[in-house]
Amino acid sequence: MKALTRWIADGTPWVWLNAAAVAASILLVTGLLLLIGIRGVGHFWPLAVHQIVYQEADGTEVVVTGQIRERETVTATRLRESGLEVAEGTELVHRDLLKTGNRDVTGQDFRWILEPSIQSMSRPRSMVVLEREEWGVFIGMLIGVREAGQLLESPDTWGDFQSRLERANELRDEIRELEKNRIGSVNYRLERLRLKQRGLELKGKLDAENLADIESDRALLQEEYRGLEQELVDLYSKLQLGAVVVTTGDGKELELPMSTIVDAHRPNQMGLAGKIGHFFHNCWKFVTEDPREANTEGGIFPAIFGTVLMVLLMSVFVTPLGVVAAVYLKEYARQGMFTRFIRVAVNNLAGVPSIVYGVFGLGFFVYTLGGSLDRLFYPEALPAPTFGTGGLFWASLTLALLTLPVVIVSTEEGLSRIPRSIREGSLALGATQWETLWRTVLPMASPGIMTGLILAVARAAGEVAPLMLVGVVKLAPALPLDGNWPFLHLDRKFMHLGFHIYDVGFQSPNVEAARPLVYATALLLVVVIVLLNLVAIRVRNRLSEKYRGLES
Amino acid sequence: MKSSDTARPATITARPDSFHRWRGRKDLLAKRVIGLGGVMVIAAVLLILFYLLYVVMPLFLPAHASQSNLGGNPGWTGDKTVFLSLEEQQQVAFRVSQDGVAEFFKLDGLSVIEKILLSDDDRKVAHVAGDQGNSGLIAVAFDDGLVSLVKETYTTDYSAGIEQRTIKPVLEFPYGAGQRILLPTGAMTGLVLSENDSQLLLAAAGIGGQIRIELNTKQENFLSGEITLERSVKTFAADFEVTTISVSSDHRWLYLGDSTGRVHFISIASMETIQVVQVSDAPITSTSMLLGGISLLAGDARGTITQLFPVRDADNQFALEKIRRFESDQGAIVRIIPEQRRKGFVAVDAQGGLAIYHSTAGTLVLQRQLDNGLPDALALAPRASGLLILNTDGSADFMDIDNEHPEVSFASLWSKVWYENYEAPEYVWQSSASSNDFEPKFSLTPLAFGTLKAALYAMLFALPLALMGAAFTAYFMSPALRRLVKPTIEIMEALPTVILGFLAGLWFAPFLEENLAGVLSMLIVMPIGLLLFAWFWTRSQWRIKSFVKPGWEPILLLPVIVVLAVVSMEFAGPLQSLFFGGDLRSWLSQEAGISYDQRNAMVVGCAMGFAVIPTIFSIAEDAIYGVPKSLSDGSLALGATSWQTLVRVILPTASPGMFSAVMIGLGRAVGETMIVLMATGNTPIMDWNLFEGMRTLAANIAVEMPESALNSSHYRILFLAALVLFVFTFFVNTGAELVRQRLREKYSSL
Repeated sequence: MKALTRWIADGTPWVWLNAAAVAASILLVTGLLLLIGIRGVGHFWPLAVHQIVYQEADGTEVVVTGQIRERETVTATRLRESGLEVAEGTELVHRDLLKTGNRDVTGQDFRWILEPSIQSMSRPRSMVVLEREEWGVFIGMLIGVREAGQLLESPDTWGDFQSRLERANELRDEIRELEKNRIGSVNYRLERLRLKQRGLELKGKLDAENLADIESDRALLQEEYRGLEQELVDLYSKLQLGAVVVTTGDGKELELPMSTIVDAHRPNQMGLAGKIGHFFHNCWKFVTEDPREANTEGGIFPAIFGTVLMVLLMSVFVTPLGVVAAVYLKEYARQGMFTRFIRVAVNNLAGVPSIVYGVFGLGFFVYTLGGSLDRLFYPEALPAPTFGTGGLFWASLTLALLTLPVVIVSTEEGLSRIPRSIREGSLALGATQWETLWRTVLPMASPGIMTGLILAVARAAGEVAPLMLVGVVKLAPALPLDGNWPFLHLDRKFMHLGFHIYDVGFQSPNVEAARPLVYATALLLVVVIVLLNLVAIRVRNRLSEKYRGLES
Repeated sequence: MKSSDTARPATITARPDSFHRWRGRKDLLAKRVIGLGGVMVIAAVLLILFYLLYVVMPLFLPAHASQSNLGGNPGWTGDKTVFLSLEEQQQVAFRVSQDGVAEFFKLDGLSVIEKILLSDDDRKVAHVAGDQGNSGLIAVAFDDGLVSLVKETYTTDYSAGIEQRTIKPVLEFPYGAGQRILLPTGAMTGLVLSENDSQLLLAAAGIGGQIRIELNTKQENFLSGEITLERSVKTFAADFEVTTISVSSDHRWLYLGDSTGRVHFISIASMETIQVVQVSDAPITSTSMLLGGISLLAGDARGTITQLFPVRDADNQFALEKIRRFESDQGAIVRIIPEQRRKGFVAVDAQGGLAIYHSTAGTLVLQRQLDNGLPDALALAPRASGLLILNTDGSADFMDIDNEHPEVSFASLWSKVWYENYEAPEYVWQSSASSNDFEPKFSLTPLAFGTLKAALYAMLFALPLALMGAAFTAYFMSPALRRLVKPTIEIMEALPTVILGFLAGLWFAPFLEENLAGVLSMLIVMPIGLLLFAWFWTRSQWRIKSFVKPGWEPILLLPVIVVLAVVSMEFAGPLQSLFFGGDLRSWLSQEAGISYDQRNAMVVGCAMGFAVIPTIFSIAEDAIYGVPKSLSDGSLALGATSWQTLVRVILPTASPGMFSAVMIGLGRAVGETMIVLMATGNTPIMDWNLFEGMRTLAANIAVEMPESALNSSHYRILFLAALVLFVFTFFVNTGAELVRQRLREKYSSL
């Protein structure tokens, strides 16, 4: 007993509790990363399809097929409350979330099944999972391929189907290329022509000669458009590759046009190698494809592209500004009231809530600056705004302002690590202050600048709140970088990974179906940000070690 | 400079002077540019502050009005104008004179466009009433009690281009050109016209307290689309002197003002008096319905206007309540003109004084004297940006009114306001609705409350973990482990809040709903379990102890915490069945009367706490780590234990730094957007309940900013919310930074 009081009196329990606080924080971080990692990776892993004979609440037996997505334990009380019959005496019930797919047939993608009601469970090898352009996935059995009303006799139905699918995908790629690039380009040029005409009209310079020029250009473009349209019609007619006949788990026969099927696999026949292969195939598709079905299916390529482009532009703005400000604070200004003032300002910039930057960006950049730009340079497009609405340029500027303190603080830290003797040596040799800065100090501080830039990029990639106000959209019709002059369209709206998470996770009509995709997107974002931060930490640590030697 | 140059100093001096001048100029230029860069940071902060102020400012600027003369029309002298209205573009106006002349005229030059005679005999017009729903329908009553229904409509002709648009007025007779008998005895003293989707109501007051209401139910022929009226008449005999008559726009209530300052509240369905309210001790001289037709504005002979509306009580009975008074000690109120788009109104008194009020804000917006005394007639433009005044001498004035944001006052933003259809004054944020006559409710109080609530719960979660963790990391932890922990915390800080919010909303909220008891029991199980473990660990003689060196305890505790978490989850089930009837959540709602939302303050507290832990941790850790070693060495040498040294010596020294860490963490929690947006239901309620949600200032901006119209009151109020956030974090951050700077000086002096 005495030992216990002494143990308490000298404060050891508190030390242990403090240690526990550290441990808890570490556990929180790692747990969160693990959660995202497992769930995110799970999105790509081909799951086995189970065929389950299930007893419904009213006693009827049905056959359900699907992939088990989640398993959880619930109290029997809660199930009884929600109107389900649970046998007396059971306290806890296991239930599975089954992804059944076939939304077009049953009206839903997911259903919960209670494990006690499962009569039997099997994994038929012939189960196929078809990804489609709409209605989500189809889960069932492949019967054959039907063409012109005839079921094709073939020894290898799957192979036959695969080759057709490949052909369909090739055609779809061609169609997409045609629609997006070539027809998109013609449309873009037509729109520019319209704006040119309107611009001349506004200036009062639209005479017969101009008009004739414009009209002839327009006629040419329309001719080109008709040609492309014909090509498109041809491609679409080629895409009529017949239909695939399938049956659902409970034996309903369906016919799906070949042109609507995007991908297919038979998870129950895959070995480990096959599954790994399919896993990487899915990962690749995820990062390179466009989203489908209101962002709940398909890939996230435009969001990645938009994020990267926005971050790059932001770096262009923020690096010089931040470095100059830091150099001023450290190398030029006399330390005193004024620098103290600036440091307070920097700290404030860092502490201002990001949504305030969004409000400022919307009011000042978009409405005030953008509105003026539109009136001055784009009167022909009015009342449709060009820069007077959120877009890539304003978003990058807003985020540059937001990440400015990150770059300043980091650069300053880099500068302060450089020993005085190096500057003094340079000045003693007769170099001016600028030459000292440019030739010796900045090159030595460049890892500090890099650290700041990397941290700024990581911050900008994850920031969503201000972007929601200054130019991010859930679905951008065109990428901000394309083959049409001037190639980089600073006024266009863009997609962003962080906003994609928010939008798909919280605004989409089918949150349950979209959830794995959100986890996968979150995983990608977290991986990028964690990597960037780790690199920044590494660079900074190496820098400090490098100069520790110089100081002594 | 090439290396060969530096090797032989003589060649430097041999450079021509122009080269050195060039170097000097370059140096100077660089100095200027870099100096500019330093100033720019301050400029950026000031720009944000002043831009926000610049947008918010108009909310609090007073309204302006300027009156100008439009000239006169000789035809109007001697023919008193009894009705006047102005169309949207403020180019064309419409008047009805006492002689039964209806004419459209241009404001520019007062030239008459079209003149229509409403009666061909010499009957005089007794009363004219415009539809209080602003449909353009007008009832013209003659002195024999007959009424004509006419409708003014305007079409805009853009054929000559947008700039040269012309407005074409047309007078229609939507219910036929014939006249209807409203008050057979004539001698009308008051007239009301009200049209809604299903009914057309005409009410008249006659001498001797006679009230007649004609209620026309609209029947639409679904083949021809023609509307026919089915008429019913109700009467009421008043035993008091009726001075004013008004009808609510849902045609349920009739309001009669009398000469003793009372308002009689009468149900139209039964034509029975429900209540008599003493509004004033002077006669009621003018009444009007506010936009929306719910509130009655009653003006008396002393110049006071009272707003009243029916309030439903607990028994579902309506009682007429006096809501607020607008005082101006001038003459008797002669006319009250409600605005057509907002809950404001204009009042004119017998001395020719004009006052503009706003009902929700409860403010007198503007008061001035009309240049030419009490006029014949007034018309307020539909956008309330201008007032047309026809004087008794046949001349006309126009008053430009600049009154953009009357609905905003300090009281309407921060105090309780009694809104229409509410049972009592309340704090409400509800910025928009589908209907046009909606009363916007711009109370920032529930949002500020929600912000503080979210921040408070976040700090409750974060503070113990962050501060205790910082103390251990800085003081007890082995350097090798510290090199691992610090980057981990930095990674934690770098995690995008959108991901935390998404996990909080889609993973943690359902998890918590299922395992509420388990999570709550962790609060008890964790500390007890950890202390028990620590006690047995220190007492035991296990060989494994030699592997855990001092300063590595957190690693040892990792599995312990996991085990304890699993234990509390597993034992929550039995505990629930024992104490809470099987399920804590249903027990909470049924027994304790605490409602439970899935996305609640606890979810937000944990998620946002997670987000602010690293901020607080890093700064506090720096402050503790920076305490000079001599202090702790001295304390230890005097025989204090390391815990005593930490609590008595280190922490007091580092406390300013820890304080600034907490402040900065608080600033971050207050301004955090995405987590709150995703992890709560975003309902602006005021309740400290841990299991209900909230809406914060920041989340509110994110939700509503994209749909608010540029420069509208709503837009500016959202900017005001941003300004509040900015100023709050400005003070917090500046304070924290000053504290830290002082601390740094203190350390360097030690």
